[in-house]
Amino acid sequence: MKILIKNGYVYDPLNKIDGEIMDIAIENGKIVESISGEVIEIDAKNMIVMPGGVDLHSHIAGSKVNSGRLLRPEDHYKDIEKKTNIRRSGVGHTIPSTYTTGYRYSEMGYTTVMEAATPPLKTRHTHEELNDIPMIDKGCLTVLDNNWIVLDYLSKNELEKCAAYIGWILNAVKGYGIKIVNPGGVELWGWGKNVKTIDDQVPPFNITPREIIRGLCKINKMLNLPHTIHLHTNNLGTPGNYRTLIESMKCVSDLSNGSIILHVTHVQFCGYKGYSWITLSSGAEEIAKFVNENKYVTLDLGQIVFGDATTMTADGPFQYILYSLSKNKWINSDVEAETSAGIVPYRFKKKNYVNAIQWSIGLEIALLIKDPWRVFLTTDHPNAGLFTSYPKLIAWLMSKKAREKILEKVNKRAKSKMILPSLEREYTFYEIAIVTRAGTARALGLKNKGHLGIGADADVAIYDVNPKEINPSKEYKKVRKAFRKAAYTIKDGKIVCKNGEIAENIFGKTYWVNVDIPKDLLVSTISEVKGKFEEYYTVKMENYAIHENELLKSAPLKINSNL
Amino acid sequence: MKTINNVVCSFCGCLCDDIEVNIENNKIVNVKNACSLGLSKFLNYNKHRILKPRIRKSKEFVNVSLEEAINECVKILSNANYPIIYGWSNTSNEALRVGIEIAELIGGVIDNTTSVCHGPTIIGVQDIGESTSTLGQIKNRADLIIYWGSNPLHAHPRHLSRYTALSKGRFIKTRKERKVVVVDVRKTATANIADVFIQIKPNSDYELLTALRYAVNNGEIEQDEVAGVPVEKIEELAEMMVSCKFGALMFGLGLTMSPGKHRNIEAAIALVTDLNKYTKFVILPMRGHYNVTGANNVTCWITGYPFAVDFSKGYPYYNPGETTIADIIARGECDAALIVASDPISHLPIESARKLSKIPIVTIDPHETPTTRVSRVVIPSSYVGIECEGTAYRMDGVPLRLKKIVDPPDGIISDEEILKMILSKLKGD
Repeated sequence: MKILIKNGYVYDPLNKIDGEIMDIAIENGKIVESISGEVIEIDAKNMIVMPGGVDLHSHIAGSKVNSGRLLRPEDHYKDIEKKTNIRRSGVGHTIPSTYTTGYRYSEMGYTTVMEAATPPLKTRHTHEELNDIPMIDKGCLTVLDNNWIVLDYLSKNELEKCAAYIGWILNAVKGYGIKIVNPGGVELWGWGKNVKTIDDQVPPFNITPREIIRGLCKINKMLNLPHTIHLHTNNLGTPGNYRTLIESMKCVSDLSNGSIILHVTHVQFCGYKGYSWITLSSGAEEIAKFVNENKYVTLDLGQIVFGDATTMTADGPFQYILYSLSKNKWINSDVEAETSAGIVPYRFKKKNYVNAIQWSIGLEIALLIKDPWRVFLTTDHPNAGLFTSYPKLIAWLMSKKAREKILEKVNKRAKSKMILPSLEREYTFYEIAIVTRAGTARALGLKNKGHLGIGADADVAIYDVNPKEINPSKEYKKVRKAFRKAAYTIKDGKIVCKNGEIAENIFGKTYWVNVDIPKDLLVSTISEVKGKFEEYYTVKMENYAIHENELLKSAPLKINSNL
Repeated sequence: MKTINNVVCSFCGCLCDDIEVNIENNKIVNVKNACSLGLSKFLNYNKHRILKPRIRKSKEFVNVSLEEAINECVKILSNANYPIIYGWSNTSNEALRVGIEIAELIGGVIDNTTSVCHGPTIIGVQDIGESTSTLGQIKNRADLIIYWGSNPLHAHPRHLSRYTALSKGRFIKTRKERKVVVVDVRKTATANIADVFIQIKPNSDYELLTALRYAVNNGEIEQDEVAGVPVEKIEELAEMMVSCKFGALMFGLGLTMSPGKHRNIEAAIALVTDLNKYTKFVILPMRGHYNVTGANNVTCWITGYPFAVDFSKGYPYYNPGETTIADIIARGECDAALIVASDPISHLPIESARKLSKIPIVTIDPHETPTTRVSRVVIPSSYVGIECEGTAYRMDGVPLRLKKIVDPPDGIISDEEILKMILSKLKGD
């Protein structure tokens, strides 16, 4: 299929194109210089043309997501999707069924989504769900920081073998990168305990969270992975934790030679100042100052959206705290020798002091960090809000008026403590394109995504809003509406959505890293690990590995490691 | 002779993955590491096979071609107003994915055997959540192991040696380091190897669980006994629970299917949840069929609900008691059934089974069952994990890939392939 998108205002930050009127030509699923012959023309006059959205942190598939679905039938009853001739049926709301997840992302012009956390032992399940999510390309980040064999190696400082083992795991379970979740703390949660600082000891491993983060950061470089380590910090969701965040960012500062080496995720949840929930305030200024001064870090927001959410994370101890506070129903699910997971339904309320402060922290961070290439738009779906709320976030970032509209209704004491009302900055469409696609694609190291240059994947979103006529600051509702339902979503060169409705049911690829590890090192490491593996786990090493044909559309990225 | 290692046993929810199988001329001749149940399946699966598709014509079964059987199945399903599609706990996730699409396409109800076993467990979890873990967490850490209303030595024979009391883990290595408690209405084989056996009066689990929860939270019980158990014994057990380092409560149908049903499960979950104030504690259901856990998972990710999903409105709708097949059949509402890898005529309540036998049934199964005998159409399939590959989930949700180790009989294909043929005919492809 050949497509010519004509006369749109193109926002393509990776190629420094800022709202120029251009034609985009598509052939065989790629962006090309020009096309001729039989062509489908899309008239994008007075519309915005951007690369397809790329979400680098969302919980869409796997055992914890599915436990959340199971836990909340009440959540599904109010949000149903009927079967049509094109699309399968399904349910929402906070944790949509797999097909609905794919459709709703696509309707907003998103084309690539990374599942943010999967334990290796259960990653076969994650891939089975990813196989059933249509419309988008996807992948999953592998939780490795509380993995016993990794911890054993790190505590002995045997980094090379540790790297070889992690490389083997990523190949074996078809993972995309190294996810760290409350390093050390989740292992202690196996005994119902947690860590409090990044220098606490984690018995019996004789290691600290600091050493785990540093070790994995080094290994990430040794393996030459496309994405940096992806860190969910210690003390998440605890008053005063902005200090833990800053210490965690600092602890790898000497490992960077100017390049970006660390991604901290859902930073809102670790931006809390104060000593208790009553004295909670925003740590956004300190965080933004640090990030503005230190170029080796990227962040994503984990922005709160008022309304229903289902919190879910591998951070078991944090979820237990949330259960104790809320008394909502609670799932905990530990995974042997690897990690844990917790799930608690939650509703963020405007009139709640803590929730209002949480809401302001995300936006303050986004507005105070100067470089949009290093702070990305997420809601840590479905934790702080749902991915379907992204258009709201876009409106908040682009319009002070939109923020003020909410500020009128939030808890008054909270409002009096916020710096948000004093922030004048409003994002441009160019900056929105960075924080929702160009920047995230770059951070993930997906070279053919997030831009519209020649040879890029033909993943394109067209939004029906005229950037030259509209004043987003005032007319934020029009912006919100346009981003809610893309005029067109093009995936792999096919028109898959039109006027926000699914036009074709397609299946995207699953990306994973196929790391090339020197054979001798791999063989010796695996033979060393095998005995331990069978002592720690209840499955055989052979049965832990996932065959490539278990993925519907496998897309390995060949990586030459530095080992 | 060829030896295949690390074969996953497709019998019970334990999914033991260390089985060694010897094959000679496409025949399994020897099996190592399996329990008596697994061994029996590997050695005897080939008995009582159905080898030809068949259709009931007037009163007799007539062997037909696969195509003819599929056509008849499609005719029955497309003529039905409210068909049910049921089974799934003894087949692969891949087969179920197709089954769900068929149910959605024809506006039927898809249900799995959870309906008649651990359905109350799921409803309990939906009400209050659960603190759970994979089995390896128990192997590595648990110093207190409680089996409640389940007898694993008979139903899941390797559960204790692979995952709990008799296993060797990183932190806990011997039986001596673990306390084992059995709560049951009779002294079972498992109770015989326990440190503490608590014999409970039948049908009073809820009372005992509630009393235990009260004791765990430092309440003083005023009665002399609860559920036939002296209060001293309840307090002793509560003390064991609070003071262990890592406790695990595993329960079976003794808890789910005795009066109280999901209320029993809620009481057990609430007890375990409370225990996490004092120590680490998890709860796990002892799932029976080898892939009933997978059936719940696949149904849940595609439809939002883990069993009993009604598509008659064009979207997934779930209301156990209304959309569960035993109830639908009892109300006489369904007018056709597709049964895959299950035997509802044997395990449904007798009234439902009798009514089911009156409507046209299509059964896909490798071997003869009472259900195949009353079916209108029978299509034989291969065994997942022996004659074809497939994914299944262990009782704790650990997903495993089942292997193909021998060829199926001539002309026999997998559930997944048969269902795909039915789906494609239904779609008019």
